[in-house]
Amino acid sequence: MTEKLRFRDPDLAKRVAEKIHDVAPKEGVVKICHVCGTHEWTITHFGIRSLLPANVEVIAGPGCPVCIVPASEIDEAVQLALKGVTVTCFGDVLRVPGSKMSLLDAKAEGTDVRVVYSVSDAVRLAAKEPNREFAFFAVGFETTAPSTAVEIQGKPPKNLSFLVSHRIIPPAMKLLAEMEDLNLNGFIAPGHVSTIIGLKSYEIFPQKYGMPTVVAGFEPLDVLFGIYMILKQLSEGNPRLENEYKRAVSWEGNTKAQELMQKVFSVVDGNWRGLGTISSSKYVLNAEHAVYDAHLKHDVKVEHGADIQHGCKCHLVIIGKIKPTQCPLFLKACTPQKPVGACMVSVEGTCRIWAREAAAESAS
Amino acid sequence: MDFGEGVLREVNVTLVSAKVGDYVLVHAGYAIQVLDEKEAKETIQLWNEILEAETPKN
Repeated sequence: MTEKLRFRDPDLAKRVAEKIHDVAPKEGVVKICHVCGTHEWTITHFGIRSLLPANVEVIAGPGCPVCIVPASEIDEAVQLALKGVTVTCFGDVLRVPGSKMSLLDAKAEGTDVRVVYSVSDAVRLAAKEPNREFAFFAVGFETTAPSTAVEIQGKPPKNLSFLVSHRIIPPAMKLLAEMEDLNLNGFIAPGHVSTIIGLKSYEIFPQKYGMPTVVAGFEPLDVLFGIYMILKQLSEGNPRLENEYKRAVSWEGNTKAQELMQKVFSVVDGNWRGLGTISSSKYVLNAEHAVYDAHLKHDVKVEHGADIQHGCKCHLVIIGKIKPTQCPLFLKACTPQKPVGACMVSVEGTCRIWAREAAAESAS
Repeated sequence: MDFGEGVLREVNVTLVSAKVGDYVLVHAGYAIQVLDEKEAKETIQLWNEILEAETPKN
């Protein structure tokens, strides 16, 4: 407990903030991008932006695994439910809009959609009712994909198939680095994804794009030090890869998890809601495990879906081009109770995080 | 697995080599990494070094 408090020590935070002001350039704008919903939560909840110089911006990239699931894949899950298959999924997927309906809408129509805490719960539910067909909607980045791989490798019950929608983070970071009008100056790499894929996966960002890249943890001090390390690299003109989150992230990452994923998945191009197709950014079940593929088993396939509803600016929020408050629908037509865009749905969505903080502020 | 303050839940440890007494990082019911206590302490030490090593420019 003592250590936990020290990772949130306000005096230490003030001192880092002073260092940040010292090292930040006096002119021009610095744009630092993170790609993790939990980082956005830490930054917003602890008011980290208010501690930074006015010319240092921290923007939220596509770090919410639920927000980037395209409508076509929600449509596939809805189709499965409408066909009478019991769909199990994580809670925050339930209200993500599909082209016409969300899984919650499908549930309201009387289909069987059940929320689980983990894929192992999905396996347990299927084993309990062998005469019913189950499908697990497997969303998430490299943090979650290994758990799906564990269960598939462990030979799940015959009545359980998987709708695999896992995505891979570094290709999305490449896309952001290559977006010229985004003008990014550095990356805070996601801590939990990095525990799996390791520091080595980010070498390309300083090397090819000259982008300071720091893997950071999730305590407010982790994030502040991450920002400081990036600004320090910029001031020295020496972009490199640094690890602020050494207590959880190694150079190699979790090799056990990597091996399991390799055995079970193939990497293909994937559509990300609001970003379009990103090459080599999606896991699908490989040929050896195709028997567990819900697409094949239940004949569902949706090529195109309506990703962005009329007026919604999720596609701009997701790359940090605009702040949620700059979207005309934010907290007007689009609220956590009645989300229009995917970013307002998940607790990791940028709009949802900003909405929660706005509510907390107006209540205090 | 003890999540602290009396919260107990079963967690799958296939992905890590954890022993009783280790601190682990849990994501959606799976331990994904064993936390290194030594590194955690060193991080705090490193922070202090950064803060102390360089005096403000102005």
